[in-house]
Amino acid sequence: MSAAPLLLSVRAVEAFYGPVRALGGVSLDVFEGEIVTLIGANGAGKSTLLMTICGNPAAAAGTILFDGADITAEATHRIVRRGIAQSPEGRRIFPHMTVIENLLIGTTAAATDGVEDDLARVFDLFPVLKERTHQRGGTLSGGEQQMLAIARALMGRPRLLLLDEPSLGLAPIVVRRIFGVIGELNRAQGMTIFLVEQNAYHALALAHRGYVLANGEIVMQGTGAGLLADERIRAAYLEGGIA
Amino acid sequence: MALARAAPTVSSGVLRAAFGEALVAAGIAFMLALPLAGLRLPINPMDSVIFRPWWVVVAVATVFLGRLGLALWRARVAPSRRNGVPLLDRALAYILPWRRGIFVAFVLLVAILPLMPFADRRVIDLGAVVLIYVMLGWGLNIVVGLAGLLDLGYVAFYAVGAYSYTLLIIHLDLNFWAALPLAGAFAALFGVLLGFPVLRLRGDYLAIVTLGFGEMIRIILINWSSLTGGSEGITSIPTPTLFGLTFTAVPAPGETAFHQFFGIPFAGVHRIIFLYYLILALALLTHVFSMRIRRLPVGRAWEALREDEIAARALGLNPVMVKLSAFGLGAMFAGFAGAFFATRQGFINPSSFTFIESAIILAIVVLGGMGSQMGVILAALLLVLLPEVARDFAEFRMLLFGGAMVAVMVWRPRGLLAHREPTATLGDLSRGREPAP
Repeated sequence: MSAAPLLLSVRAVEAFYGPVRALGGVSLDVFEGEIVTLIGANGAGKSTLLMTICGNPAAAAGTILFDGADITAEATHRIVRRGIAQSPEGRRIFPHMTVIENLLIGTTAAATDGVEDDLARVFDLFPVLKERTHQRGGTLSGGEQQMLAIARALMGRPRLLLLDEPSLGLAPIVVRRIFGVIGELNRAQGMTIFLVEQNAYHALALAHRGYVLANGEIVMQGTGAGLLADERIRAAYLEGGIA
Repeated sequence: MALARAAPTVSSGVLRAAFGEALVAAGIAFMLALPLAGLRLPINPMDSVIFRPWWVVVAVATVFLGRLGLALWRARVAPSRRNGVPLLDRALAYILPWRRGIFVAFVLLVAILPLMPFADRRVIDLGAVVLIYVMLGWGLNIVVGLAGLLDLGYVAFYAVGAYSYTLLIIHLDLNFWAALPLAGAFAALFGVLLGFPVLRLRGDYLAIVTLGFGEMIRIILINWSSLTGGSEGITSIPTPTLFGLTFTAVPAPGETAFHQFFGIPFAGVHRIIFLYYLILALALLTHVFSMRIRRLPVGRAWEALREDEIAARALGLNPVMVKLSAFGLGAMFAGFAGAFFATRQGFINPSSFTFIESAIILAIVVLGGMGSQMGVILAALLLVLLPEVARDFAEFRMLLFGGAMVAVMVWRPRGLLAHREPTATLGDLSRGREPAP
């Protein structure tokens, strides 16, 4: 994998919420064409890291490089327009707007031509969204909302897709379908994906490489399969959690 | 026996509950009626206050019986209906497919109003006042309804528009058509200026700061008397001309009056009708602009920011630009309306731009249903015409007004028309109508 160019490089990044240190010097790499997952318990700082990559809150120390450019201190909308799209934790779709309006807002970061092609592509990935085109986002089921959040992120034609807990609050069968689409997105379109998950089993099974975050620090890293087989991981994150 | 058949579902428990409810209501009515209806201030301040016990008795009895009847009626009839779709929503479902046609018919109706036989000076003037509030409501709808920024100081931009228009007319000798866009631009500038310090604020905090801004503008207008004339304001603002035709009985040398040009006798109502059509055109301009911009990326960005600011930023929207554009454009329309207000009145002073104006405009937007263009029309009609119609009720006018507002909030808590029109369809996209940025 390391033959592929480095797309995202996080170096010794620290982040604070007021006086509370949420990230204590996190370093990790994402290479082009990879699925990299970050697992960890509640409150380990996983979502904070994703938000910090997007500049909100900005990193207090360390550097974040995207495609070789320093984005540590950049404004969120500029970072996003460089090609980093996020499907945020809790999905955060626009509830009173229709599915297609949600998707059109997703095009903000992209060039304006070829919107129809982008729509065709995401409807191909998530056919159910096409059936729901004119339905309000808030009336979708949880799984459909998650699909909409991912599709909305893809409408900006990102080079790196950040997914924050896409399995949150979803039925196991829906989780499997969404992870299936994430895998396909990577294989068929070569999308680079950085996936943050509590559902360690699914995430590690899907990912090329993985990192484990605890108390704001990276405590382990390795290949997805390697981490999945590791005794300590099994004890800490997979005990009884194999779906 | 007959009674039992007439009201088979009213059990003794229901009856007791209804009586209790009616007693509580009567108690509240007594407390309100005693000072409001029972006491009357004498015309001669030397006399003592007049006490009218019968007024109190009638008020309390009416409330008691009304509440009792309502409670019993609800116990019998309502349970079967309570789970159903409310009547107004059912009616709206039928009307909705024809909303375009209804709107066009309504605009035509409004357009021919001055030509109607019953349309005297007072009716047309009142129509113009309603249209001013419709326009202000549509302008504020951009800020509050679409962008979700609660603005309690909207009247400040109305004032900026009115004063900048007046000062441009008087000091630079501009005519109406040149001063109007400049007044809008000034108001928009103030909108952006207000926008900067409140970028990080939302909800209640934003409301407080905008409230303060509205008061600041009014107090500046009062105290900067060398420019604004202080609390006396500015008088003799000229009426606009129709392509150079004035609306005076005896035009100044070198000018032609409207009635001379068309060879008709002079009538003061010509000027009123002209002003009516002017505000109608301005209001329609606001409407068309709002409808168009909602379908553009910037309009969609406003709504996205209202729905979820964090998600909107994560998708690459620049919240600074989105908010400032909403404040600026919303203020611009208040500026246009202010310029019209100044020219219609012929004089302006700061007492026209008090907080109550902001409150009424906001009430129009909220009662109409946030973001709903048609709702603004309905609410403006209600809020402007009701006090006017209720003028016959003299002292109870504001009570009626307040009661109507409470009724709307009870039965239509999301506003009269809460329907939100989607801004895009798949059909539009395949026809290539997705607008450029």
